[in-house]
Amino acid sequence: MQIRPILSTLHKHKLTATLLILQVAFTCAIVCNVVFMVANRINRISVPTGIAENELSVIHSTGIGRDENAQARHEVDLAVLRAIPGVTSAAAVSYSLPLSKSDSSYGACPDQESRQRMLQQQSLKGSGCVQPSVYDGTPGLLGTLGLRLAAGRDFRAEDYVVGFKNKPAVAIITRALAQHLYPGKQALSQTMYFDDKAVRVVGIVDTLLRPRLRTPGVDGDSIIWPQLPDGSGVDYVLRSTPRDRHAVLAAARTALLKASPDRLIDPQQTQTYTEIRAAYFQRDTTMIGLLIASALGLLFVTALGIAGLANFWVQQRTRSIGIRRAIGATRGDILHYFQIENFLIVTAGIVLGVLLAVLLNLLLMTHYELPRLPLWYLPIGALVLWALGQLSVLSPALRAAQVPPVVATRSV
Amino acid sequence: MFGYYLDLALRSLKRTPILTGLMVLAIGLGIGASMTMLTVLHVMTDDPLPGRSAQLYTPHLDPLPLDYKQGGDGPDASDDLTWPDAMALLKAHRATRQAAMSGGSLLLRPARAGLQPFYVDGRYTTADFFALFGVPFERGSGWSAADDAASAQVVVLTDAAARKLFGEADAVGRMVRLGEHDYRVVGVTADWMPKPQFYADNVGSQYSDADQFFMPLSTAVDQKLQVNGNQSGWGKGDSTSLTSANMSWLQFWVQLDTPTQAAAYRQYLVDYSAQQKALGRFERPATNAKLYSLMDWLVHENLVPNDVRLQLWLALGFLFVCMVNIVALLLAKFLRRSGEISVRRALGAKRRDIFVQLGIESALIGVAGGALGLAIAQLGLWSVRQRPDDYAKLAQMDASMLLGTLALAVLASVMAGLLPAWRACRVPPALQLKTI
Repeated sequence: MQIRPILSTLHKHKLTATLLILQVAFTCAIVCNVVFMVANRINRISVPTGIAENELSVIHSTGIGRDENAQARHEVDLAVLRAIPGVTSAAAVSYSLPLSKSDSSYGACPDQESRQRMLQQQSLKGSGCVQPSVYDGTPGLLGTLGLRLAAGRDFRAEDYVVGFKNKPAVAIITRALAQHLYPGKQALSQTMYFDDKAVRVVGIVDTLLRPRLRTPGVDGDSIIWPQLPDGSGVDYVLRSTPRDRHAVLAAARTALLKASPDRLIDPQQTQTYTEIRAAYFQRDTTMIGLLIASALGLLFVTALGIAGLANFWVQQRTRSIGIRRAIGATRGDILHYFQIENFLIVTAGIVLGVLLAVLLNLLLMTHYELPRLPLWYLPIGALVLWALGQLSVLSPALRAAQVPPVVATRSV
Repeated sequence: MFGYYLDLALRSLKRTPILTGLMVLAIGLGIGASMTMLTVLHVMTDDPLPGRSAQLYTPHLDPLPLDYKQGGDGPDASDDLTWPDAMALLKAHRATRQAAMSGGSLLLRPARAGLQPFYVDGRYTTADFFALFGVPFERGSGWSAADDAASAQVVVLTDAAARKLFGEADAVGRMVRLGEHDYRVVGVTADWMPKPQFYADNVGSQYSDADQFFMPLSTAVDQKLQVNGNQSGWGKGDSTSLTSANMSWLQFWVQLDTPTQAAAYRQYLVDYSAQQKALGRFERPATNAKLYSLMDWLVHENLVPNDVRLQLWLALGFLFVCMVNIVALLLAKFLRRSGEISVRRALGAKRRDIFVQLGIESALIGVAGGALGLAIAQLGLWSVRQRPDDYAKLAQMDASMLLGTLALAVLASVMAGLLPAWRACRVPPALQLKTI
């Protein structure tokens, strides 16, 4: 098959061919970036929290009685909750849980020198100090969340302090935080400094995500310390089998209200962890849906354009196809002619599109904090567009191949 | 002539139903996607108080120490005012009306049997608030400056809250228990919820939040009621109590009727800052003091999420590719009719006539595509409204967006038709006629 006659035909349809090339190029550029954005978002929403999410549910209670002893209240409530059939364990936290959005974080320094450096420059940057999220909770929190200690020990009864004004003397940190605070060193038994308070690391857990994500590098920097919740509002974490969660939540609401009617239980803050995760990433899931829809829409429109134009060209060239058939061209020749023509146009579009994709990515990087587009996206995008082009030209090309040689003898 | 061209266009489109369908579909998809996103952006950047917004301004001072470092993604501490500054601006009374305010939520304990206690969001503010923003009253009125001075235990309820508490009975004069205190209802407002709630600093929920009660700011401070919103403290000494000079937490709005008055107020803010600097309280340049108009403030607050912007660009990119698609298809379609065009030209039609004829054909595709686009946009907006996002409930098309959609569709298709029509009317007739 010769490419020369195809090129000279395209030369006669310069404008139309250029437009088609442009369309393929823009589609290639946009779709490559959109797919990349989708991959990024999927990465984001599948970040592990480190806890046994599918066995957990959370119920929030706000006490409205006056002068109530919070710890006594929590103990009674927890006993009531643990008695619910299906609940294997329960614990109370003030408000922070992974992906719960309510975050309290403190500057934590690995040693006194780093702390001095941080105070001098009034910034964490470069001082060696980091800002981990801090989780409090009642005894048994680790087990309820399904966290396993990689090293060290769980808290003892004497470790616990009451309320956020008192800082405990010991803490359990995540492996990520251990590496950020003490790179290359053994973190267990080290002493961290929060303002002027020294806190000893007694345990290390594998993963525990922050309540509110920041940047992927520091999202795992969390601390649990033995501090009992001390407010009228409290979150109870319940562990049960995945199937029992909704039943357990309903029973928990009834049981809590029975134990003390002097409280508010907001149905919107009575959730399984699956719901908490879905709510946290709700915008991302919307965006993923939209991005996929628009990428498919673009490919669809481009396929329509290619097919529509090929159809037209086949109709327009019916006579010349007939002549070619009459002087010896086989059906395969005609078929290949249109396929190669399409291949050439799409290839030109892809060359331009790859350039545009990189440019568009640069633009998005400056405005939307998107990372750099990995180069392997480009050949895959090219393959998809080639396949799309061949697929959409197939039907018109087959129709062209069916044109009988006798057409050549008819005038118009 | 128009009728004849319309007839010709219809005939031509009917001759190639599949191609016409493709073009209408492409333009419909492009317009539908763009208009969905444009509508979302339109409702999000709409004027929250039409007719009044031009006279509303919010003053900003910079009381932060020189070495204060702004946290990365935290709120700007100088976006809000401190208690002493807000009180000084109130007392100076340089604007037609002025009010300081902050949000709060209180536990409401209904006296009516069978109603559970519940939390209500509201605003602690000063007497001018209602006149400043033009809040309409159903019954009663706001409180007076004397009530502010005396920290009176009074409250203004919204219609919805009053109805919930007292049913159809007149709420004015009744007592309401909020938190640990009783307050006398002095007024009931009609439904009033500007979107976004521009005067609040509840970042992220301005499009869904609405106040249900209003109460004197001085009362809230005296009784140490729960305050919502950003509270940024700095420096040594007391930076946690509400009346501290080192903590910003108040929003402040003024009404300035003329540009001269606004300029004078701006100067007043600079003078005030210079005076505070001379006293040693402010450390930064006095010219840091700013006066934002309402619409400028919304821009400054950057309320539109990045995702929404990205979606808009995506939709516009989509429309662009659809347009290129239509240009190519129309070009092929028009050039294929070279013979017919040449006959018309040979019979005396001018290039302009051909151009108009083909233009009408493109516009017809645009009208059909616009109608389809409108349907797709309504579907898109419906799906946006199903999302739990803060702004989702607002996603409705108004008349201007409705007309805008059609206009955009017709404009896009006529634009797309320009190049093909121009190419087609430049076909040399003689050459074509020979081959027929």
